[in-house]
Amino acid sequence: MIDTVVPQGPAARPEGSRPGAMQRRAEAPPIIDIQDVVKTFGDFVAVDHVSLTIREGELFALLGGSGCGKTTLLRMLAGFEQPTAGRILIGGQDMTRTAPYDRPVNMMFQSYALFPHMTVEANVAFGLRQDGRLPRARIRERVREMLDLVQLAPFAKRKPHHLSGGQRQRVALARSLAKHPKVLLLDEPLAALDKKLREETQLELVCIQERVGTTFVVVTHDQEEAMTMADRVAIMDTGRIVQVDTPHALYEYPNTRFVAEFFGTVNLFQGVLVEDEPDHVLIRSDALARPVYVGHGISAREAATVWVALRPEKIAISKQAPDTPHNWDSGIVEDIVYLGGISTFHVRMDGGALARVTMQNLERMAAPEITWDDRVYLSWRHDNIVVVTS
Amino acid sequence: MQRRSPFLIATLAFGFAFLYGPILLLILYSFNESRLVTVWGGFSTKWYAELFRDEQILDAALVSLRVGVFSATIATVLGTLSALMMVRFGRFRGRLLFTGMITAPLVMPEVITGLSLLLLFVALETAIGWPAGRGVDTITIAHTTFCMAYVTVVVRARLAGLDRSVEEAAMDLGARPLKAFLVITLPMLMPALVSGWLLGFTLSLDDLVIASFVAGPSSTTLPMVVFSSVRLGISPKINALATLLVILATVTILIAAWILWRQERERDRAVSQALAEDKGRHATGRRA
Repeated sequence: MIDTVVPQGPAARPEGSRPGAMQRRAEAPPIIDIQDVVKTFGDFVAVDHVSLTIREGELFALLGGSGCGKTTLLRMLAGFEQPTAGRILIGGQDMTRTAPYDRPVNMMFQSYALFPHMTVEANVAFGLRQDGRLPRARIRERVREMLDLVQLAPFAKRKPHHLSGGQRQRVALARSLAKHPKVLLLDEPLAALDKKLREETQLELVCIQERVGTTFVVVTHDQEEAMTMADRVAIMDTGRIVQVDTPHALYEYPNTRFVAEFFGTVNLFQGVLVEDEPDHVLIRSDALARPVYVGHGISAREAATVWVALRPEKIAISKQAPDTPHNWDSGIVEDIVYLGGISTFHVRMDGGALARVTMQNLERMAAPEITWDDRVYLSWRHDNIVVVTS
Repeated sequence: MQRRSPFLIATLAFGFAFLYGPILLLILYSFNESRLVTVWGGFSTKWYAELFRDEQILDAALVSLRVGVFSATIATVLGTLSALMMVRFGRFRGRLLFTGMITAPLVMPEVITGLSLLLLFVALETAIGWPAGRGVDTITIAHTTFCMAYVTVVVRARLAGLDRSVEEAAMDLGARPLKAFLVITLPMLMPALVSGWLLGFTLSLDDLVIASFVAGPSSTTLPMVVFSSVRLGISPKINALATLLVILATVTILIAAWILWRQERERDRAVSQALAEDKGRHATGRRA
């Protein structure tokens, strides 16, 4: 994307649970190198000039809505689809035209694709048996190891249709990891599980990835899932990659309106750049009564159309009007949604736009009560604003 | 319990009587002492003894079985291939026409199939000397052609419902396409292959019209013998033969149904067991 906004505040520091691992990965060599790949089906362009580098040991997520090309991209990595143009390097070797059975990658399918007529054990052993080089005892040992990893050892003799959904998912994982692939591709690995189990399994998957150290590429349409699991996320839209970054950076510094809206909730106000200085800019928006003062320079020219993106949790709501010249507005509370931990206020601004503001309920109890139809004042800090130009 | 309308009960009774009355009558009269098929003369199994002394009928039964086994087997192989082509080949111009043409023998009048095959065999014999004369070979070929259409329909339905990613998973794990097909796809198609084979075998055993066209003097199938002997006058022997066939068919169906039912029950039990264990695992996990 050309019109990237470069924040000049504190550098984006990832806030994952494992900063050490993150640091290590930042220097790791690339394991997958996708170079300007295009895939068309007839007139339909499924993947449109995508270039992407995935580093060794990373848990990488491809995130996007349905039909954005993420699954097609994954299938090209597995070898089930051939790119119309471009190259795919895996482990430094050109594998663009290599057949699936000759690639050092394995895939976990969305439907799990277990072999229904084979036991759990035979499913896991299938890949190991294909080479014909591994001695039988070694295969048994490896199968045991994998079943222990996913805690399915007591189920070794069962057939897949004798297992619950969560157990099948773990068999599929064990089977695809058995051959020590350089990269494991996961196509919506948790989509078939119910919400509760899905949340548990997300962290379980991350733990397993840490333990085996294999590079994981996960395709998902679930923003929260990508945020929970991935070291880095690529957001795709209509066959193109919009932004690649850590979940933290994607949330705090989205480069387009699409990313800001797709990755979390956001209030967007269209405006015009009226003052452009290296250390600050001023934006006037028809939706807001006062100009927006942004505490860092942005890469856009004066008089350009821009969008001010404000995250709901970064807006303060109060019954007292602030006394600053910028960065606040007033409105009427239209609706309050109580969500347990937090509450969301829907505020109709005087300019007509609807703003969503969230507040911790812990905080809400302490503050003077705000209720329906109250006149409230919304304010935000000058360093909590993201400006996007497209 | 809710009272059912007498009309519905009557419909049910009449329907079953219409379907199974004649068959019951046939079985009953196969134990008839009398030579006359329509007059009851006391219980006897003598017609069964006579049936097993009749060389002509036994020979014909053997021919029918041979033709049935061979044509069903060849038809299963060819039908599976054509089903594979229809499901996997993708779209092309004239696909609908082609699909229709593969299944056309299902609705083609048997007389036309028989006659056209006869003409083909005669033409082939004059041109290349094969097949020499008409006999078991020509009947087998003729039966294969129409059985293949049935197998194609059965296998295609199964294949279309199959998750393609299972075969892809096999390839992803290092199996070459042919091996993935033989080791993964074929076993998953097995129920369709078995029922396709059985269907073909039954149809072949049953066929009179096509066989009459393409049979030679030395190759008489069971239906042909039955039909010709009935024309000369119905013998209770035929009743005995028919009874045996009905029993054979019934037993086969019952065995198949029993196997299916047992599998189903076992699966249900295992599934509920797995669910219970899964719940247990989570419960202990939370307590820990």
